[in-house]
Amino acid sequence: MIHVSMIVNGKAASADVDSRTLLVQFLRENLRLTGTHVGCDTSQCGACVVHVDGRAIKSCTALAVSLEGAEVTTIEGLAKGGKLHPMQQAFQDNHGLQCGFCTPGMIMSAIDMVNRKGSHLDEHTIREELDGNICRCTGYHNIVKSVAQGAREMATAGAAKAAE
Amino acid sequence: MSATGIGASVKRTEDIRFITGKGHYTDDINRHGQAYAYFLRSPHAHATINKIDASAALKAPGVVAIFTGDDIAADKVGGLICGWMIHSKDGSPMKAGAHPALAQGKVRYVGDHVAVVIADTYAQAREAGEKIVVDYGVLPAATDTATTAKPGAPQVHDVAPNNTVYNWHIGDKAATDAAFAAAAHVTKLDLINNRLIPNAMEPRAAVGEYDSGTDALTLYTTSQNPHVARLVLSAFIGIAPEHKLRVIAPDVGGGFGSKIFIYAEETVCVWAAKKIDRPVKWTADRTEAFLSDAHGRDHVTHAELALDVGGKITGLRVHTIANLGAYLSTFSSSVPTYLYGLLLSGQYNIPAIYCEVDAVYTNTAPVDAYRGAGRPEATFVVERIVEIAARQLGRDPGEFRRANFVTSFPHQTPVILAYDAGNYGGALDKALALADYKGIGARKAASAAKGKLRGIGFSAYIEACGLAPSAAVGSLGAGVGLWESAEVRVNPIGTVEVLTGSHSHGQGHETTFAQLVSQRLGIPFENVSIVHGDTDKVQMGMGTYGSRSGAVGMSAVSKALDKIEAKAKKVAGHVLEASEQDIEFKDGKFTVKGTDKAIDFASVALQAYIAHKFNGQELEPGLKETAFWDPTNFTFPAGVHICELEIDPETGVTTIDRWTAVDDFGALINPMIVEGQVHGGVAQGIGQAMLEGAVYNGDGQLLTASFMDYCMPRADDLPSFRVETIETRCPSNPLGIKGCGEAGAIAAPPAVINAITDAVGHEDVAMPATAQVIWRAAQKAILKRAAE
Repeated sequence: MIHVSMIVNGKAASADVDSRTLLVQFLRENLRLTGTHVGCDTSQCGACVVHVDGRAIKSCTALAVSLEGAEVTTIEGLAKGGKLHPMQQAFQDNHGLQCGFCTPGMIMSAIDMVNRKGSHLDEHTIREELDGNICRCTGYHNIVKSVAQGAREMATAGAAKAAE
Repeated sequence: MSATGIGASVKRTEDIRFITGKGHYTDDINRHGQAYAYFLRSPHAHATINKIDASAALKAPGVVAIFTGDDIAADKVGGLICGWMIHSKDGSPMKAGAHPALAQGKVRYVGDHVAVVIADTYAQAREAGEKIVVDYGVLPAATDTATTAKPGAPQVHDVAPNNTVYNWHIGDKAATDAAFAAAAHVTKLDLINNRLIPNAMEPRAAVGEYDSGTDALTLYTTSQNPHVARLVLSAFIGIAPEHKLRVIAPDVGGGFGSKIFIYAEETVCVWAAKKIDRPVKWTADRTEAFLSDAHGRDHVTHAELALDVGGKITGLRVHTIANLGAYLSTFSSSVPTYLYGLLLSGQYNIPAIYCEVDAVYTNTAPVDAYRGAGRPEATFVVERIVEIAARQLGRDPGEFRRANFVTSFPHQTPVILAYDAGNYGGALDKALALADYKGIGARKAASAAKGKLRGIGFSAYIEACGLAPSAAVGSLGAGVGLWESAEVRVNPIGTVEVLTGSHSHGQGHETTFAQLVSQRLGIPFENVSIVHGDTDKVQMGMGTYGSRSGAVGMSAVSKALDKIEAKAKKVAGHVLEASEQDIEFKDGKFTVKGTDKAIDFASVALQAYIAHKFNGQELEPGLKETAFWDPTNFTFPAGVHICELEIDPETGVTTIDRWTAVDDFGALINPMIVEGQVHGGVAQGIGQAMLEGAVYNGDGQLLTASFMDYCMPRADDLPSFRVETIETRCPSNPLGIKGCGEAGAIAAPPAVINAITDAVGHEDVAMPATAQVIWRAAQKAILKRAAE
């Protein structure tokens, strides 16, 4: 067993884990943060996307022990003070989810997309950038709308924060 | 319309937990002291099991127990069942081979269950599984749908000679033969309906738990119908009597049919939990899902359409070979028969139809219902052959369809179903306008000028949903009734819980069912909660599939609400000191006719419980009612989808440029959710048409067993969709609902293939029409044109 410590959703978290423990297992099994899902075993579906040090990664493809000291944000860490993140709100507003299983990964990928590509995202860009996240329910139509709205509102929220 | 009532696009209640990561899917559930199951699966498609040596595995770290088929048999646990009896045309019952939860003596497909290893951790169970030595006697495998019934093919089950489960038929053969004898034109078509793997994003999972104090079992599982699971596990498999078995299907991450069925894994987990007196958990990895979830479709079909001189359809003759895989899954036998043959009239007036279906075994995973289940296969036959007939006769495909549409209702088809209401021409008109069909010539020319090929394809589909009148399906061989139940519990402060046997795994029942209740009782939407998915809470239910939750499940709720209203009127009458007949109920208020005396719903609820104002011997206190709704007919959603696409003949890369859907789902509860259902269904239909296909090689190895190999539709494969509706109310249920869950998956495949074949100018395009398939088709067309 190896001791590993991280900052997860702003809180210190540590555990003694088997060296082969994946980040997603550490989150789900050690920390009981079950919002991050496992939908495949080939790093294709994106249900497990979380942010590590501000960048989206597939947590099924990272060893927990390789992330000593990392700052991790999961879907549970997005809403602040009872207020949904604009991207979360956008998914509800646009019916961007049905069964909800792929949704945490979709939202984490979408936020990362905005962080990398800015808040003016056209449909083509959103569709290309969602290539690593599979949804079986929605046909993506409403996910694309959700991401576009979330991106715009992240910019608005960012501007409002800067003005404060 | 109120902001949260029927017809309003209310944002979903359930979304909040899903977008914040607070859902509770089966794999999120952990029970104290749980052990983990790993299933050792067959690497061979067909083999005898000569010996299983688990001695080394039993000594591996953390191993609690290892069980094989012998242990299951010794405990007298029954095999998995198929719940729909089909008779062959000679009257003989279908030939169902035994389906033990763990293989006994023989394995019949790659992924078949050989043993279960239970250990303290999943990693330990898996490692121990690799230490089990199985001596297999490998046999040749039957894997090909078209040839498995031919003499000399390897035999999957001894009880089914020539690998034939049944030879079923429907319709009038003599009348159909006569129609063909008199036909002015006959269109013929050979097609393959490609095999699909459902791939709900949440893999199947199960947690079995035993309470030795009460001798009761609990199974948490990824099910679309937990009560059916309990019934089958109790009455047929014999795990425990129903009152000692609780099945909970919590949040379920998509089903599409694949989570209807009662599989080996959950059976073994709940059985083993008692055996070792510890909770047992299993979660499929994606490869296990590919190997062992029931697959869909897999038909080989020859069809012929007879037409008179005026282009009226006079007959349809269909022969289909349907691959059911290695064992009969729970509802598999009904899919290529009553969910298929009965839909072959499509939206058309066809005087004579005759259909034969040979259902066959192969050494492949079981095949059962997948979104649409039989109806996509029927629609693909009808909409391809109708399109080809129109082309052969030089008729406009839209107008040719219109000329053959059913226009008066009710309409008795020659294949049992009686369509109750519809407006097929109206849907076509609207779709043609929205798709700018008039402009297609100019758009084709513009594409041609860029060196591209543009095509347009129609699909005028019909489905039979709202499954189903119990006596009717019973007469057709169903082992269960297909009613639904509801219980409406009004609390003393006027909030309401609705317990429904429908199960939501993405459909949004917590929102739509609450819309109905909120509107009917005139109470705030927030004051209603919907309870489902737990056999200890909901008395009984048949679950969610076949687009039945609205038409059947909500009808049961509506019926229970009628009873609530009737009882509440009695209470209100006592409180307002008026005759029950003089009480009116509207917008949440009970009033006495012709007076200003009034009391709101919440106050009546309180009065019902405190029971101070009436005689408790004459009128029972409380306000809680149950109802079972048994449909009187199937429902018949129908519509027209038009696909327009552009092909790059140099690469085969094809872009769907516009998708127009006009659907008639009857009355809509929540248009936003309905549109979402259409989007998802169309995406799966486009997936079938262009991307997805399960491939087994001749040895029975599944070559498409991961998301690297099986092409799931991704965001950049699909267009945005134009989805509109028309409405003819369903006359057979109180809400006028027809159902919307499967329409897209039913409508889309022929629309896509009709568009591709229109673009390339010949009919030789098979599903999945990948870029390579389309490139070949386009090159063939170019060569043909050059030769002319």
